[in-house]
Amino acid sequence: MAELEMELVGAPPARRANPRAARLARRAWAAAWPKLAAAAIGLGLWQLVVSLGIWPDYLLPGPGAVVARLALDGGRSDFYLAVGITLQRAAGDYAAALVIGSLLGVAVAASRLLRRAVGSMITGLQSMPTIAWFPLAILLFGLSERAILFVVVLGAAPSVANGLISGIDQVPPLLLRAARVIGARGPSLYRHVVLPAALPAFVGGLKQGWAFAWRSLMAGELLVNVAGHPSLGVRLQFARELADAEGLLAAMIVLLVIGMVVDGVFGVLERRIRSQWGLAV
Amino acid sequence: MAVALASVSKHFGHGVDEVLALNRVSLSIQPGEFVCLVGASGSGKSTLLSLLAGLDRPSEGSLDTGGAHTTLMFQEPALFPWLTAAGNVELPLALRGMQKAERRREVGRLLELVRLSEFAGRHPHELSGGMRQRVALARALAQAAEVLLMDEPFGALDAITRDLLHDELERIWRERGLSVLFVTHNAREAVRLGDRVLVFSSRPGRVAAEFPVDLPRPRRIESPELAVLAARIYDRLRLEADLDG
Ligand SMILES: Nc1ncnc2c1ncn2[C@@H]1O[C@H](COP(=O)(O)OP(=O)(O)OP(=O)(O)O)[C@@H](O)[C@H]1O
Ligand SMILES: [Mg+2]
Repeated sequence: MAELEMELVGAPPARRANPRAARLARRAWAAAWPKLAAAAIGLGLWQLVVSLGIWPDYLLPGPGAVVARLALDGGRSDFYLAVGITLQRAAGDYAAALVIGSLLGVAVAASRLLRRAVGSMITGLQSMPTIAWFPLAILLFGLSERAILFVVVLGAAPSVANGLISGIDQVPPLLLRAARVIGARGPSLYRHVVLPAALPAFVGGLKQGWAFAWRSLMAGELLVNVAGHPSLGVRLQFARELADAEGLLAAMIVLLVIGMVVDGVFGVLERRIRSQWGLAV
Repeated sequence: MAVALASVSKHFGHGVDEVLALNRVSLSIQPGEFVCLVGASGSGKSTLLSLLAGLDRPSEGSLDTGGAHTTLMFQEPALFPWLTAAGNVELPLALRGMQKAERRREVGRLLELVRLSEFAGRHPHELSGGMRQRVALARALAQAAEVLLMDEPFGALDAITRDLLHDELERIWRERGLSVLFVTHNAREAVRLGDRVLVFSSRPGRVAAEFPVDLPRPRRIESPELAVLAARIYDRLRLEADLDG
């Protein structure tokens, strides 16, 4: 393993004539190699467990077999259909959670009464395991998209709302005074000062909300098999029923990668805002 | 009368923690008058300005700005970190409902006034302390208020830049017929700019002395006549500090 890592570190990016491209490549490489090294270590540990022979190959295949299966699945349209359905749900349901969470956040931040009424409930909801909502969701909405939407929104909206609320609460008083002096009142105070000032905390809430949404969505896809919607969750479930361990692990890798990519996008957004504001070093 | 305070007191906190920041302060500023306020640290100067700007209410006494618009330039720049220098100056214009094209022209003019045209696109954290103060000055001027309250605005600047801004401020004050209340620790600066200089006593703040400045304008901060009066004001400040100590 150590050897592999050394090799990864040591391999220089391809030299280019264009210095800008070379710089970009160097930066990409600097960002990528620790992740690649970690992935290599993870795969190594996995292979190690497989080699111990605790489980037979057909229950726990090694990384090589699963990667080969991924490549195979990657050439089939039903795989993309599943990824598409899952991503579409993720985007739509998360967008709904974002809108609802933001509206709730602004309302609670603005109204003292509302805060006393539901402020602590939002935090309580956040710590509620979202999977616990599914029985109720299925009773109310049946095995439908709406059941999944319901749970994803319940899972993600509180984080979004809480991010916004704490962002609004933490606006420096000096900036509020400056805003009053320059004549920002009511809605324009919110639009020009309070909401922009709350942005970093809000993005933090969005990121956390995404993590909750993604988890809730997977729970939903495992529990709620909507007919004619062969999502990634459904693939997982089928793979288990057919004892297709390779297919199952291949689907899980796809889930992991999607989650990481979206999280990475939020991370980039967060860093950009922080550096623009002079918050980061 | 642009601004009038009658027996204004202000205390913070309650019980044993109570701080009397201002004790029956009475003062008035005539329209178009430039008044400077000097006083020890903690004597209540900033408190006075926030009352005048309407950010806080007096505990006792009455305060009258005759319906005039006041604007306050804080002791700290208090810029909005998500906006560029130009964005910070533009916001008050937008809030006043000025049209986009006119706004852009006005921002350009104001930034040129504070000599920051080249830094229009920078965010506050990319500017030096003195540059931030100058953006704050431009933002204050963008508000077109009749009463300009300034809290140690040029404390962080080098002598030359400060001198240039004194000239600019004097010019704008004249042109717009502003009433200005200018807080400073620097007696020379007070004499350079003010029609009158008020000396604040400390803890609690009160107007302890008043010095009319009869020197003709334009004044030079290094002129000997100015230094003589500044020295008298300085002595008076010393006296206040000794009384306090
Ligand atoms: N919000 C507040 N709460 C409690 N005490 C306050 C508050 N604001 C000011 N004070 C107190 O009022 C007094 C006057 O403060 P102020 O900021 O007006 O002084 P200053 O004359 O502006 O001083 P400096 O020259 O250092 O800026 C101080 O004793 C300070 O501790
Ligand atoms: Mg002060």
